[in-house]
Amino acid sequence: MIQVPDRHGRFGAFGGRFVPETLMNALIELEEAYNKFSADPKFQEQVDYLLKQYSGRETPLYYAERLSAQLGGAKIYLKREDLNHTGAHKINNAIGQAILAKMMGKKKVIAETGAGQHGVATATVAALLGMECKVFMGEEDTRRQQLNVFRMKLLGAEVIPVTSGSRTLKDAGNEALRYWVSNVNDTFYVLGSAVGPHPYPMMVRNFQRVIGDETRRQILEAEGRLPDLLVAAVGGGSNAIGMFYPFLEDETVDMVGVEAAGKGVDTPYHAATMSKGSHGVFQGSMSYLLQDEYGQVIEAHSISAGLDYPGVGPEHSYLKDIERVKYVPITDQEALDALKLLCVTEGIIPALESAHAVAQVAKIAPTLSKDDIIVICLSGRGDKDVESIMAYTEGEGLK
Amino acid sequence: MTTETTNRMDVTFRRLKEQGRAALIPFLTIGDPDLETSLAIIAELEAAGADIVELGVPYSDPLADGPVIQRASSRALRGNIHLRTCMETALKAREAGSKLPFILFTYYNPVLQMGLDTFFAELNRHEISGLIIPDLPVEEAEEMRSRSREAGINLVPLVAPTSSERIAKIVSGASGFVYCVSSLGVTGVRASFHDDVDRFIESVRQATDLPVAVGFGISTPEQVARFSKICDGVVVGSAIVRKIEEVIFLLEDPAKRADGLLQIRDFVAQLRP
Repeated sequence: MIQVPDRHGRFGAFGGRFVPETLMNALIELEEAYNKFSADPKFQEQVDYLLKQYSGRETPLYYAERLSAQLGGAKIYLKREDLNHTGAHKINNAIGQAILAKMMGKKKVIAETGAGQHGVATATVAALLGMECKVFMGEEDTRRQQLNVFRMKLLGAEVIPVTSGSRTLKDAGNEALRYWVSNVNDTFYVLGSAVGPHPYPMMVRNFQRVIGDETRRQILEAEGRLPDLLVAAVGGGSNAIGMFYPFLEDETVDMVGVEAAGKGVDTPYHAATMSKGSHGVFQGSMSYLLQDEYGQVIEAHSISAGLDYPGVGPEHSYLKDIERVKYVPITDQEALDALKLLCVTEGIIPALESAHAVAQVAKIAPTLSKDDIIVICLSGRGDKDVESIMAYTEGEGLK
Repeated sequence: MTTETTNRMDVTFRRLKEQGRAALIPFLTIGDPDLETSLAIIAELEAAGADIVELGVPYSDPLADGPVIQRASSRALRGNIHLRTCMETALKAREAGSKLPFILFTYYNPVLQMGLDTFFAELNRHEISGLIIPDLPVEEAEEMRSRSREAGINLVPLVAPTSSERIAKIVSGASGFVYCVSSLGVTGVRASFHDDVDRFIESVRQATDLPVAVGFGISTPEQVARFSKICDGVVVGSAIVRKIEEVIFLLEDPAKRADGLLQIRDFVAQLRP
């Protein structure tokens, strides 16, 4: 496979840098700083130290024996990103970017957040490193995720409710970029997913690849061979790309990215960017995008706030088009059923995002043999979702 | 070059240069509050002394815009205004007698979805002289640049105070004029400008023979006068869009519509350098 991205930040036809000229210099500076510091052993040392001593890495690769038996097919392992400090994989990237910010001499960080996981991770690391932190969050999401709003405030961050557009994640991202345009001189934008203009998709992937690197080592230790299938949920796609990337050249390893089908891909209420989207430019890069015939961005829908996004990282679009990774949709209901299944078989409450990956495995594991090995990226824990699950359950009922 | 003789925008800049004055370039969001009113506003802008008009295409995710133009975009989108309708508005304004050069201000994605072949054919058919695509930096603009050149349309590049070494690359091969972003940030009214802005505009002047215009945050006659001394054009956007927003309740009332339009005309007329 060719190495992506190229020097223009292109993953094949995707990626690039579609931003106002006012941001170009900041992105070039960021790219240069990232290239310089990521080659510096001291930088990696600091990142590794915090990942280990602060976030608790490495995270276990857990053999889900009862889930495997229940589904009656392949052997299923869970990569326990939910056991990270702050409860999800988001901290891997937040630690990396915040240390980079510090090395660049920036004293202020900003972030966008949907459900609040990336906002909490950024607020956490900002507190740890003594930096000022502002988090942009759609007003609608601040209502849905009050607990995370309070959590961020407790950590010393300022939460800025975004009232433009649909008042959700995409608008929080727009507003963070707008704020950054005005404050590029002293502010670092900690972007939370493998999306946005170059170098973000590459940088976020590289900070998240620790998921796949560890998994590779751990599965070789446990099974003496590579897995047959990796499954991860895809919103912007940072946990998925982190899991997939170190395995891309292993031809025997199949990969499936699971996106949110909401109420169904044939209804207007989904976030199935890969299944239903088309090529477009959104938030700084070319990728698959949910849009209408006039190129206006369509609002996404998913029970999972982390997957409720009309775009997707450009590297995923590339991996889809070269047919290296398959992308499939899972509905709200399927995700809820899978969440319940994991709760009762393993005593693990997964995040709604991760439950989408579990749901896909629940579909295919029974069709595979007992010798097949599947690894699910369990990207986050479900504590944050308990309230929305309750609301949904009382509305439509968990089967 | 043929474009120099036929492109309405180039002709205007040459004439203004002979007259020794700077172009006043107002901006409006097409379809805010509706198409017919946009046409009426274009006529008022012309009557108020506008030299060139920027026609803003409403977009769902206007990254470079501040709250005023974001709100205008949302209002227009409720009326299903799209790239094509904006182009048609230019032609309708022409048919109604407008002599002004039109610049289409649009984000890149609507252009991509229309397809570049259709887009350029339509631009010409609708008598649009120039293009501003705020989220298409020079590195991504190669094809748009060559297509614009072939079509005789000016793809107007933006330069920012942070562009520094990039300025040369941005202005080389550009046409129409060079648009200087007055200060960092999104579109919207600013109370004051940093002194560095003069040095910045001067550095752009040094780098190009094209006319140089400035925009972002310019809202008062004093500011227009200040920049008219050092630039060939001054763009006023959010201040006009805000004025339109203020008088929407008049524009939407048949009995008071004329008063609303007159207020917009007066506002723009007093900006005139």
